[in-house]
Amino acid sequence: MMGFQVVVLWSDILIWLLVAAGVGVGVLIAKTPPLLAAWRRVGANRVGMASATVLLAFILIGLLDSLHYRAQLESKPGQKAVYAIEVLSVLDALAAPLRSRNEKTYSAPFATRLYAKETIDLPGQGTVRDYPRLKHGGKHLGEREDEVAEDAAFTAFKAGVLAFIGWLGVFAAVATVNRKKSPKLKLREAAFAWDAVLLTLLLILVFAVPLFWLSGYYHVFGTDKVGQDVLYQILKSVRTGLIIGLVTTLVMLPMAVLLGIVAGYFRGWVDDLIQYIYTVLNSIPGVLLIAAAVLMMQVVIDTNPQWFSTAAERADLRLLALCFILGITSWTGLCRLLRGETLKLRELEYIQAAQAFGVSSWRIIVRHILPNLMHIVIIALVMDFSGLVLAEAVLSYVGIGVDPTMTSFGTMINNARMELGREPVVWWSLVAAFSAMFILVLAANLFADAVRDAFDPRAVA
Amino acid sequence: MLKVENLRLGFTAGKKTLAAVDGISFSIEKGETFALLGESGCGKSATAQGIMRLLPAAGRILEGRVSLEGEPLLSLSEADMRAYRGGRMAMIFQEPATSLNPVLTVGRQIGEVLERHLDLRGAAATERMVDLLRQVGIADPERRLTEYPFQLSGGMKQRVMIAIALAGEPELLIADEPTTALDVTVQAQILDLLAKIQVDRGMGMLLITHDLGVVARMAHRIGVMYAGELVEVASREEFFTQPRHPYTQALFEALPEISRRGLKLTTIPGQVPSLAAMPAGCRFADRCSHVMPVCREVSPPWREVANGHTVRCHWQGEAAEESATRHAVTELDIDPGKSFLQVADLKVHFPIRKGFLQRTVGHVRAVDGVSLAISAGRTLALVGESGCGKTTVGKALLQLIKPTAGSVKLGGSELVGLKGRRLRDARRHMQMIFQDPFASLNPRLRVGEIIAEGMGALGVETDSAARAAAVAALLQQVGLASEAIDRYPHEFSGGQRQRIAIARALAVQPELLICDEPTSALDVSVQAQILNLLKKLQAELGVAYLFITHNFAVVEYLAHDVAVMYLGRIVEQGRAEEVLRSPRHPYTQALLSAVPAPHLDSHTELIRLPGETPSPAKPPSGCHFHPRCPQAMDVCRLNYPAVTGVSATHTVNCHLVG
Amino acid sequence: MLAYIVRRLLYALPILIGVNLVTFALFFVVNTPDDMARMQLGVKRVTPEAIEKWKVERGYDKPLMFNSGANGLSTVTETIFFEKSARMFVGDFGRAEDGRDIAREIGNRMLPSLAIALPTFILGLFVTITFALTLAFFRATAFDFWGVVLCVAAMSISGLFYIIGGQYLISKVWRLVPISGFGDGLEAWRFLILPVLIGVVSGIGSSTRWYRTIFLEEVSKDYVRTARAKGLPETLVFFRHILRNALIPILTGVVVVIPMLFMGSLLTESFFGIPGLGSYTIDAINAQDFSVVRSMVFIGSVLYIVGLILTDISYTLVDPRIRFE
Repeated sequence: MMGFQVVVLWSDILIWLLVAAGVGVGVLIAKTPPLLAAWRRVGANRVGMASATVLLAFILIGLLDSLHYRAQLESKPGQKAVYAIEVLSVLDALAAPLRSRNEKTYSAPFATRLYAKETIDLPGQGTVRDYPRLKHGGKHLGEREDEVAEDAAFTAFKAGVLAFIGWLGVFAAVATVNRKKSPKLKLREAAFAWDAVLLTLLLILVFAVPLFWLSGYYHVFGTDKVGQDVLYQILKSVRTGLIIGLVTTLVMLPMAVLLGIVAGYFRGWVDDLIQYIYTVLNSIPGVLLIAAAVLMMQVVIDTNPQWFSTAAERADLRLLALCFILGITSWTGLCRLLRGETLKLRELEYIQAAQAFGVSSWRIIVRHILPNLMHIVIIALVMDFSGLVLAEAVLSYVGIGVDPTMTSFGTMINNARMELGREPVVWWSLVAAFSAMFILVLAANLFADAVRDAFDPRAVA
Repeated sequence: MLKVENLRLGFTAGKKTLAAVDGISFSIEKGETFALLGESGCGKSATAQGIMRLLPAAGRILEGRVSLEGEPLLSLSEADMRAYRGGRMAMIFQEPATSLNPVLTVGRQIGEVLERHLDLRGAAATERMVDLLRQVGIADPERRLTEYPFQLSGGMKQRVMIAIALAGEPELLIADEPTTALDVTVQAQILDLLAKIQVDRGMGMLLITHDLGVVARMAHRIGVMYAGELVEVASREEFFTQPRHPYTQALFEALPEISRRGLKLTTIPGQVPSLAAMPAGCRFADRCSHVMPVCREVSPPWREVANGHTVRCHWQGEAAEESATRHAVTELDIDPGKSFLQVADLKVHFPIRKGFLQRTVGHVRAVDGVSLAISAGRTLALVGESGCGKTTVGKALLQLIKPTAGSVKLGGSELVGLKGRRLRDARRHMQMIFQDPFASLNPRLRVGEIIAEGMGALGVETDSAARAAAVAALLQQVGLASEAIDRYPHEFSGGQRQRIAIARALAVQPELLICDEPTSALDVSVQAQILNLLKKLQAELGVAYLFITHNFAVVEYLAHDVAVMYLGRIVEQGRAEEVLRSPRHPYTQALLSAVPAPHLDSHTELIRLPGETPSPAKPPSGCHFHPRCPQAMDVCRLNYPAVTGVSATHTVNCHLVG
Repeated sequence: MLAYIVRRLLYALPILIGVNLVTFALFFVVNTPDDMARMQLGVKRVTPEAIEKWKVERGYDKPLMFNSGANGLSTVTETIFFEKSARMFVGDFGRAEDGRDIAREIGNRMLPSLAIALPTFILGLFVTITFALTLAFFRATAFDFWGVVLCVAAMSISGLFYIIGGQYLISKVWRLVPISGFGDGLEAWRFLILPVLIGVVSGIGSSTRWYRTIFLEEVSKDYVRTARAKGLPETLVFFRHILRNALIPILTGVVVVIPMLFMGSLLTESFFGIPGLGSYTIDAINAQDFSVVRSMVFIGSVLYIVGLILTDISYTLVDPRIRFE
């Protein structure tokens, strides 16, 4: 057993903080019936819960990818332990075969040979120009290269059956619990959309289990220019997308909420000032402001290489800086929304009643205004997520996104699009990245819709 | 002419459809006004919309027949129905402010109907429109045609709505609470107009209202609705002299009136059953004082008690002798004593800012020199129409709005300009109850937290156990169960919420409660409960009320003193008997005569005011009231009248007096 | 009206100054010109002399805000702030790294940008409003439901996909139009058609959904009931009453972006090789040409503020309530 050194990246801290905050908010919600009622409405929404299940799967991948360590290098006993320069995550460990089984360059999904011809030395036959055999993809087939389809289908079928059996277990467990809690209700009629969750789970399992099973034998999504497995890159991109989508809102939220409420509640010169600030920030086109800030940040990072002990740390800081910049440029919308709503709220009679008791302004804000703005904040949170994930891809394409060494949907697309001109087309990287992003964003959008429907007071009435 | 038979209307929610109107039948003759009377949620508006087939998206017509001159309406195709809508039958709505399209001119909106139903266009249409506007009493109609709704006052908008309705020359006019959103003096104008038009044109009219006064003024026959059913139909005379259904009787007895001063009002216990849980038998059974076992099992059939007077009730007894159950709850003649709150020349001016530098270009004189005095245990009613500044006075007293000038003295110490701790101490002595029970309670707090908030902020009870006990005691005092502590406001009805608001205000044991229209959002029967409660609390705690209202019935019922406001100033004040029995200011006189009384013989002498309240940003010169005053003289245009004493307690600002 | 516009312009001035200060801080305070020089020169060629030369060539050798070495007015004017930031107010943007005059370059590139952005904008607006109106007209039907599903799906697709997919399919597989490039005069349409089409399609999802919400909000208002009570057919209710009112929020939300059309689209232009301002910006970002990026930031905010003013003016035109104030 090799030792390891735990590495905590800044983004890890933030993402786990977010998880903790999520749990905390969950507890708070459970204690506040009006909020609980709204979340129950989300829970009853079939589409919402199905998309939440998909999102959870993504989040699980992202969390596994947020526990980092450095493996101990082999050293003689007695010597001080030396750790690898490469920072790995639990996900990397779980997907070690995917990470390490690199080919030389491009290969198509389920291919057994490389995409490009090479000069091969065959013992006894001299040199031939041919598509060389892959080092890992389909190795177990040996000479029977033409049996890929049968082999893959059979393996997939086996894995699918296994997945289905596993799902039946989950289904039975849920059904039993449900029967115990409310014996009369069928699963279909339960207040929580169990049917949708289970169905989605079935789809995920039946799709994912065979996929991973097969990925042990083949490059199911092919390999990229340097021969890395595309499936592995997709898995790694998930975390980047999640961080961009979640940490950014975390950055902007306190600012937007505080300034929005303060401007709306105190009005006067405070309001003027805050309005001025966000009009100024708003008037700079978003992409350009991000571009300028990222360029400047790049200069800072480049001139201070001594800050980072590993490349991962540098990429991580750039990622966080990007989140921060995106946060700065995107808080104005929510801030304006909250300001407007606070202006309306402060005229409400229960606020005036509190003022008549001489309740202090900050207490009124915390007790009366903030809780009544929560639904807007929650809706904004989930609505922004998908937009940010999409924005990351565009920004990375423009060259002002994440660090080029960091795997993300954006960098994948950016690297792959150059190869569209080739003949035959290298399509797999692009298609895989776009599909994964589409699933993530679609799930987020549908979930956001469900949340909005449940929290919007107009929709309730 | 219009015949409605067994009409059932429902609203879908999810997969369920709940019947909001459950089998009602009535008919309207030519030239007759039929009033559908009922409290909120009884299905009267849905009935009107159902007849027009204009139900909202979730609404469904479940069964029944509606026919106009024998032609069935419900089986018509949508396209054929459109020929009826706006043509042979027209409708006007409650909210004139939102019922007109804000971006189209008045002419365009009337012209549409002419084009659609009479095929009138161009000059002929314009001529007809001018004529219509003149008929509904709009001066300078040619100019008004080119104006947009926002340029018109509330009353004018409703007149335009009526003109739109009349444009198609309807045989039947459906008026859904046509005057509820309007001031009393404007309401009187609109009701007069509707009555006149109806006579002139011989139209049938279906009038939807909750106001017995409006019914008395307008209706020929009345149908009373309760929980989606019609429970009594009677002619005007029968209805006002011999109401038969216990619900109708209770409605009458719940009315606050001058004759009931000092007496407890009869209330209807409980609440209207929800659509989802309608009782099997008579729907009123649970709240009825004459309930019998059969009522809970069998829905009562129609029974004709007199010619044309039918009632759905098992009980056949006579109405109980009035006042048998009443008893005095308040002393009417409390010694005025020394006033503990004196307001002198209070002014609240809101600056109107314009332009780049936000220069102040003028002021809205919301309150412009108000002087009042309130003494312990008494009720001072501050009466006026919307926009007269009465609510601003209330808030300025509490220093919720900073007064521009003047003084508010509480027991000798000045409140204006106080800050921080000392202001907080002063606020212990007075609290406020707001108009809208749905906006005055924070939906995110439990009832217990809401009530305890003031105690915490003002440091009344610091010990948490004592505070919990105090909250429980308060809940009991306002007539709520102590379980309410842990529940949220949305679980309570409007009346119950208002009780919670009262408990919250009482929690800091104030000597003065400022009640800002506390019953105007409530139904009559619930209003009676709240008024009873307020009277009871006054008797028990000796708390004084500043009762801000536009409702004269309530004033007559509970006020000791009355102050009448017009455009930021008090025009007349004095003891209630003096001001109400012998008003001296023409405005007070007009207000009193404009209130439709729920009696047969209400048409005494009518004073109708022209026009509407001007903007407080540009009050008229001289006496503010002179442009509308029927007795205006030259001097009124020049000088604002000084205060004249009519008696030791009765003063008036009018050149006619003194 | 004129006085109103002048007043709004005056009001815009402090905002522009704010923008200017923000960009100045971002470009010169966060990083010193020395840092920028090091970055531009590359690690190998960095010597103190090279840095100094680089700064002198570009005029970055002056003090930031205050030149204590100069006299009189020039203590303020002989500074980076005045030379590089304040002079942008008079349209002097200086030179790019390749020595070209930025202002002239911007002037040349505006037209191609506009040639793509304007048709995309107009066509997109027309298509999405029509689509949204249709959805709202058939609200609560299966058509509406699937339309919304389609919109959500469409807005979940990355904009890059529309471009890459469209280019691949239409230009490469079907060979209908050239993949990229730009021509002069009338020839240009062959190059424009694909980017415009892709621009329209990629915006359909989110815009349609937004407009549909606005329409549905209007549908539930009281005046619509009045219109129906007049016996007007549903089409007339929609086109005369609802559309007119809904256009107020739509128009004012849309007018703000009209001046920004000059800026072009970063993605479209760079993918299709259109010599507009978008690709100019991207090239500058990639070449780390700070002067160009700074100029584009400034122009972008000027255009945005012009958009805000246009929004206010358009309000007064479409909404009688504001027109008569």
